[in-house]
Amino acid sequence: MDWLIDSVLLVDSTFRVGAPLVLAALAGLVAERAGIVDIGLEGKMLAAAFAAAATAAITGSPWAGLIAGITASVLIALLHGFVSITQRGNQIVSGMALNIAVAGLAPTLANFWFSQGGQTPLLNDTERFTAITLPFAESLNSVPVLGHVYSDIISGHTVITYIAAFAVPFTAWMLYKTRFGLRLRAVGENPEAVDTAGISVQRLRYYAVMIGGVLCGLAGAALSTGLGAAFIRDMSAGKGYLALAAMIFGKWKPVPTLLACLLFAFVEALQGRLQGVDLPIVGEIPVQFTMMLPYVLTVIILAGFVGKIQAPKASGIPYGKGE
Amino acid sequence: MALQGSQKLPFWADAVLLPFLNLLAAFAVSGLVILLLGEDPLEALSIMFEGAFGYDEAIGYTFYYATNFIFTGLAVAVAFHAGQFNIGGEGQAMIGGVGLTLAVFAFGTTAPLLAVLLAVAGAAVFGAVWAYVPAYLQAKRGSHIVITTIMFNFIASAVLAYLLVGPLQRPGGQMPESADFPDGVRLTHLHEILNTVGIGFEESPMNVSLLIALICAFGVWFLLYRTRFGYELRVSGANQNTAAFAGINVPRMTIYAMMLSGALAGMMGLNELLGEQLRLLGNFTLGYGFVGIAVAFMGRNHPVGIVLAAVLFGALYQGGAELAFEMPAISRDLIVLVQGLVILFAGAMEHMFRTPVERFFHMLSIKRAD
Repeated sequence: MDWLIDSVLLVDSTFRVGAPLVLAALAGLVAERAGIVDIGLEGKMLAAAFAAAATAAITGSPWAGLIAGITASVLIALLHGFVSITQRGNQIVSGMALNIAVAGLAPTLANFWFSQGGQTPLLNDTERFTAITLPFAESLNSVPVLGHVYSDIISGHTVITYIAAFAVPFTAWMLYKTRFGLRLRAVGENPEAVDTAGISVQRLRYYAVMIGGVLCGLAGAALSTGLGAAFIRDMSAGKGYLALAAMIFGKWKPVPTLLACLLFAFVEALQGRLQGVDLPIVGEIPVQFTMMLPYVLTVIILAGFVGKIQAPKASGIPYGKGE
Repeated sequence: MALQGSQKLPFWADAVLLPFLNLLAAFAVSGLVILLLGEDPLEALSIMFEGAFGYDEAIGYTFYYATNFIFTGLAVAVAFHAGQFNIGGEGQAMIGGVGLTLAVFAFGTTAPLLAVLLAVAGAAVFGAVWAYVPAYLQAKRGSHIVITTIMFNFIASAVLAYLLVGPLQRPGGQMPESADFPDGVRLTHLHEILNTVGIGFEESPMNVSLLIALICAFGVWFLLYRTRFGYELRVSGANQNTAAFAGINVPRMTIYAMMLSGALAGMMGLNELLGEQLRLLGNFTLGYGFVGIAVAFMGRNHPVGIVLAAVLFGALYQGGAELAFEMPAISRDLIVLVQGLVILFAGAMEHMFRTPVERFFHMLSIKRAD
């Protein structure tokens, strides 16, 4: 039964690690479907992680932290929107700049308020999102296989992980089944047509970046008040970029993007378990090599499996009337 | 070509006034943050200026940092002229540092001078090779170069970490660093040279790689603006279709430009490793690869502008270190914020100042015509 417990734990941590990735990837997806490239996912997550942990530490409530995290992330999303929609600036440069600015600002403020070398104080269990035990999880635990799946994999996650699971069908529904979603997709493919129909391209794009802001806010809060118990310098550690890669791998569609995120999360969970393990034939893999697995996988996927792909046509191109 | 002569700005406004306004805006926002931290922004500015230019040693440090930024700024600019966004300077510099170190240890004890020359070449070649893979994937497979270069930063950092706790680690050492370079294998400090020719200058880590960086800046200018290759490179960047129509092999241009870019980023290690540290260190790049983006945008992707912007960022680093020392509420992280803001204002919010300035000059020219 060892391998079963091992794989249950592996799947469990895949979901745990995958939640912020899924939320961030959906954020990038919604923005890019509306024609705004958002390489600033990283910065928004980091800002939200800081705001959430700092607020939770001060108020003692993870929910207040979550709201603060979402607010911080949305504000940055609006700034990115202002630069790329109103000012019609270079979207990649703007995202990159915001990532760098937040990487500097968050530890500066953390240091100023808490004097702990750029971190926030450690949160105790009442100040962060802890695992929720779903009904009957305890009693079903003894049922073979199914009990494990329910009580160890499905039950026992933080509320943000469940929100992430819910966010995928919701985003798909919004994009494909609502009028708003239709317009959003149209604005990423052919903004002129949307404009001609008398609908504001700018307003739709602002909505898209704000939705992205909310999702990134959730992702960031998950990092510092769910997975972790404090804000740590650069704690997003490239997740925003991985999310972007997952979105491209998922061809800008919610469900394939989810699967790509789970693949990345699985590799990350796997590398945690591979550390110091003696494998047959190859022996022990140095920790640095298991650490680079998700990144190598990303490059291979982008190079081999996706190949030339079609992004939303108007993605990254500022729209101006009468050009 | 549309006739927009009346809208065009005079050279000095484009090259000096707009960057200055961008910088001013970035400083103003940073000033607000400093105010929020309970310190006086003007006093902070004067501490920074004094700390960057106030005395010989400060100037030496400013130019020492500037050397890194000339290399990484040129790297970003060369790629940018070919229409590519190289965010991989950080990783290319790390792997360049590995190439440099291998050359040093292979020849350092037998032929120190040869080792130095090979170290320069090794840094450039390894950096170029590290940039080649994302470039190839972009040119031939259509992989998004922004994402692949970022991934290659993470991979490079893991490779460096592995080498420094494994094959290249100092024998018997615990830190992630290599053994010291053999005696005499280094780039001379500039204050030593100045002192030999009778000019007194306090000790500082500023070294010969500053001169190498300036030669590279001249070389990049010559290549981009005075050769057929540079012309084709810029045309590929400006309009791929036009370039392809004119018979330029755009994918090949992409690969050449990125490799050149990687070589320049790789040479950053000359300053840090061969000029000052004299051993390979984990994470010696300290984000200088990313700052190159800001430097390139600030310098309008022109080698002269890049050298000036590099000095500005060098001053920001050196002055920022002094500031963190003098004002305890301010940490060095604040300098990272300032960089981000400079990239934002200089790179992405160009129109914010350009449009009003253009209008203003347009108005002036109408008045003059009256």
